[in-house]
Amino acid sequence: MLVYVLRRILYTVPIAMGVSLVCFALIHLAPGDPLSAIIPEGASPETVAQVRAAYGFDQPLPVQYLKWLQHVVMGDFGNSIMTQRPVMHEVLPALANTLVLAAAAVLFGFALGCLFGVVSGYLAGKPTDKAVTAVSITGVSIPHYWLGMVLMVIFAVELNLLPATGMGEGGSGTFGLGWDSLQYLILPALTLSVIPAGIIARSVRGTIAEVRKQDFMQTLHAKGLPGRRIFVHVVKNALPAVLAVMGLQLAQLLGGSILVETVFSWPGTGFLLNNAIFTRDLPVLQGTILVLAMFFVLINLTVDVVQTAVDPRIKRA
Amino acid sequence: MSSIATPAAGPLVEVKDLTVRFTGRDLDVSVVNGVSFTLERGSSLCILGESGSGKSVTMRALMRLFPPTARLDGTVRVDGIDVLALQENQLRRIRGGLISMIFQEPMTALDPVFTIGQQIAETLVYHEGISYRAANARALQLLELVQVPSAKRRLEAYPHELSGGLRQRGMIALALACKPKLLLADEPTTALDATVQIQILLLLRELQREMGMATIFVTHDLGVACEVADKIAVMYAGKFVESGSVEQVIDNPRHPYTQGLMNSTIHADMRGVALDPIPGAPPDLTDLPPGCPFAPRCAAAREPCLEHMPELVLLPGGQQARCLQYAPGSGFAQAPALKASCAA
Repeated sequence: MLVYVLRRILYTVPIAMGVSLVCFALIHLAPGDPLSAIIPEGASPETVAQVRAAYGFDQPLPVQYLKWLQHVVMGDFGNSIMTQRPVMHEVLPALANTLVLAAAAVLFGFALGCLFGVVSGYLAGKPTDKAVTAVSITGVSIPHYWLGMVLMVIFAVELNLLPATGMGEGGSGTFGLGWDSLQYLILPALTLSVIPAGIIARSVRGTIAEVRKQDFMQTLHAKGLPGRRIFVHVVKNALPAVLAVMGLQLAQLLGGSILVETVFSWPGTGFLLNNAIFTRDLPVLQGTILVLAMFFVLINLTVDVVQTAVDPRIKRA
Repeated sequence: MSSIATPAAGPLVEVKDLTVRFTGRDLDVSVVNGVSFTLERGSSLCILGESGSGKSVTMRALMRLFPPTARLDGTVRVDGIDVLALQENQLRRIRGGLISMIFQEPMTALDPVFTIGQQIAETLVYHEGISYRAANARALQLLELVQVPSAKRRLEAYPHELSGGLRQRGMIALALACKPKLLLADEPTTALDATVQIQILLLLRELQREMGMATIFVTHDLGVACEVADKIAVMYAGKFVESGSVEQVIDNPRHPYTQGLMNSTIHADMRGVALDPIPGAPPDLTDLPPGCPFAPRCAAAREPCLEHMPELVLLPGGQQARCLQYAPGSGFAQAPALKASCAA
C-alpha cells in the first residue's frame, strides 16, 4: 500500500509540470501585451525595453519558464501588477476564504446528496424515487448565479434576515462559528451546494440501485442479515464510484466559483480570479490558477488512494 | 431459534399445494402451480427440470427468498415452522440458521469487497451473537472443514482472488456456518469445471452425511442428480411430473417427459447413436393450456391429455407420475393418438 501511494505521488510530478507549463504559457497565450497594463501610453521605446528587461521578458521562453518555475517552487509568484503586493499574499487569504465557503457547501451538499441518493436508490422506480430524481435534476439544471440572486432577493432584500454580500469584518482571519460570521456564509454556501448535491444524489442513486441488483444481495438476504448490516454491504460496494464523483465535486468547490463568489462578493479565489481577469493582473491569475490546479491534482490523488483502500479489486501493485 | 420452533418429530420439510406467482404492473406469472412434497431429516432430494420449470422458485420458497412481487400460497413447514406465516424479522432468523443456501455462481454470489472470512464471520455474529474474534476462529474451522488448502491465508482473500472451485467451497462454508438442518443448493456445480464439479459434489455428499443435514438440490444435470440424491423429483411447467427414488426414476422413468430427458442425455456407450431430443419448447407460463402442459411435445399424447390436467398417480414402489396413461378410467387407453400435434 505504501509503495502504491508513493508511486501514485510520483505520477503527479509530470502532471504538475504540465500544469505549470500551461500557467506559464498563459502570459503569452493571452491576447495583448502583458505589460500594456503597467506601461503608460506613449512611453518611449527605451522605457518599454527597460520594463521588459525588468520583468525578464527579453529572455528566451525556456529560460523565462525555468526562472519562473524556480521562483514558483520557492512559493514566489512575483508581485501583483495592481497592488504591487506579492501574489501569495493575495492568493492565500482568498484561498482560506474559499475553503470556508467550500467546506460549508461540501458539508451541506454532500449530506443532502447522499441522503437523497440513498433514499432514491433504495426505492428505485417508486414514486418517491421519481420525485427525488426530479428535485436533483432541477438542482443540477438551475444556474447557480441566478439561484444566488433569487435567494439574495428573498432572504436579504425582502425578508432582511441575512446579509446580502461579503463575509463580514476581517475575512477568514476572524471568521468563527458565531452567528456574526455564519450569517454571511449561509446564502453563498447554500447556493454553491445545490449543484454538487444534485450530482451526488444522481450518482449515489445510480450506484446504489446498481449494487442492489447484484446477485450477492440475494446471498446477504439468504444469510439472514438484518437490513442495517446489508446497508453496510451496499455502502462499501457503492463507495468507490461515489468517491470519484465526490472528489471531482470537492475539487471544483475548492476551486471556488467565479460566478457565485462574484454574486455574493465573497473574497475567495473565484472573486480574485474574476478581478485579475478584468484588470489583466497576470501574475495573480497565474498564481491562483496554479494553486487551484494543484488542489485538483491533490484531491484526485487522495481519491485514488482512498478508492484503492476501499475496493480490494483495484490493483495495489 | 427455540422461541419460534416447535420441535417436531415428523419430516423436516412438508410442502403442500405450494403456488408462487409473480405479479407486477404488466406481468402476472404463475411459476409454481401446486407442488407438494415431504423431506425426511438427513435425506436429500434433487429437483430436476429445465430452465423456467419452477425448480429454483420452489426451492427459494422454503426460505421465502423472493422480491416483494412474489405471491405465495399453500403451506411450507420446515422443522415445524410455518414459513409462509413468519414475520420478516423471524424469517431472518431461520435464513442462514435453520435453512441456508448455496448459489450457482460463486463469483457473483459473494460480495466482492469483503473477504471470505468476513462474509462467513458476519453470519455467525448475527445468528449466534458471538464476537467477531470468535466468529473468525469458527470461519477458519469451516474453511478447513470444506477442505480449502491453506485456509488461514484464504480467510483474508477476496472472492476475486480465488478460483471458481475455492469460491464455491467458501460459499459452502458460509452456508454451513450455523449448522443448518436444511441445505438448499441451486445448481451448485453448473458454473464450475467438470473436474471441480465432481469434487464439490463429493464434498457436499460427505458433509451432508457427516452433519446429518437434509439437502435439496436443484439442477438440470442428471449426472448431478444421480450423484447426490436419495430422491428425485422432475418438474415441468411449475408442477412435479414425476418423483421417486433415484433408482426408480433413472432406471425406469414413467413420465414421457422424464423419458425424454433420459433419451437426450449423453452416455459413454452412445457413441455414434443420434440423440433423441424432446421436440418443441417449454410452454409459456403466462398462458398454460388446460390439459397436460407437456402434451403438445409428447409423443404418447392422446386426446384426453389436452382436456384435463392429470393428477400424480401413485405407482408400485412409491414412484409417482403425473400422466393419464397410468390413471385408470381416464379414457386414455381408448382414445386415438395425437401424433399430428407433435412438433417434428
